[in-house]
Amino acid sequence: MFPFSEEEIVRYSRHIILQEVGGVGQRKLKDARVLVVGAGGLGSPAAFYLAAAGIGTLGIVDDDVVDLSNLQRQILHRTEDVGKPKVDSAHRALTALNPGVRVVTYRERLSAANVMDLIRDYDVIVDGVDNFSTRYLLNDACVMAGKPLVDAGILRWDGMLMTIRPGEGPCYRCVFPEPPPAGVIPSCQEAGVIGAIAGVMGTLQALEAIKLILGVGETLSGRLLLFDALEGRFRQVNAAQDPDCPVCGDHPTITELIEYDLACELPETGAAAGPTERKNPS
Amino acid sequence: MPEDVQVHRELDLKGEVCPYTFVKSKLVLEMMEPGQVLRVIVDYPPATSNVPRSMESEGHKVLAVGAAGEGAWEILVRKKD
Repeated sequence: MFPFSEEEIVRYSRHIILQEVGGVGQRKLKDARVLVVGAGGLGSPAAFYLAAAGIGTLGIVDDDVVDLSNLQRQILHRTEDVGKPKVDSAHRALTALNPGVRVVTYRERLSAANVMDLIRDYDVIVDGVDNFSTRYLLNDACVMAGKPLVDAGILRWDGMLMTIRPGEGPCYRCVFPEPPPAGVIPSCQEAGVIGAIAGVMGTLQALEAIKLILGVGETLSGRLLLFDALEGRFRQVNAAQDPDCPVCGDHPTITELIEYDLACELPETGAAAGPTERKNPS
Repeated sequence: MPEDVQVHRELDLKGEVCPYTFVKSKLVLEMMEPGQVLRVIVDYPPATSNVPRSMESEGHKVLAVGAAGEGAWEILVRKKD
């Protein structure tokens, strides 16, 4: 009689009550496939809320193992998971939260060789990577494949987020054409990061993904959202698609995937304020 | 029940409490055509005000709320166009 099981009706009742979701929207979430790249500070809350929301298929990419120093912000993992692959503890945590979600894990490092295969079967990509090389790679791949990407970065007490809808708004390179030189932006390892900012920004990423899937509201495409946790202030900066963008512009110069060699100075987490060279923030 | 109303679908929700009275009514209404009428039977008294209020806030028309036998009530809702 109902398009959902009794268990699903109860579990998702607070979604179904919402005018913008209903049973129709909940079905869209169930049919959706979201890939979360990185099971760290941002990927943890993003994946948790996406699993709780009933996303049908949740892919998790991470080649790392859990370190004790991760646990201050990477809430998918437990103390007893230290030393285990992050994708395994992520799988356990997400399945325990919602056994109705199909969690697919990829214990791989994102590279030019595998990124296209990884994103191909997914509807929305959530960027929770911890370095600029992978961040640019993911941006370029999503632009080339036409996949919506929800990008975020955190450092110290700051966070930023932008949603990239290829062809409909700016991509990461429209705003930050090139990665900063190695060592210019410190990593979380060097500069520190307040754990809860990962929760704020990762949760916003989950919200953006859910809005994209439901087709409701206004996404943060063309708007960079900046959060200063110390001041307790959100700020937004408008950004336009750049016709000269090297990857999504009228005459792209980047037509093949690039992996930047940023040596051993790789920031552990993308910088909140983005690379130093900023373009067209209006 | 108003004489001239054609009911397209009935939903017996006796034994259900809020918010599931509304949740289940909404799920069934979503599967119906615009303009069609759903008759919901409830036996949980708060549902007689909660379900109509929620239905109206979603833009549907509540045609009638009335007694439907011993300890039960009917709610007639016309799906919005």
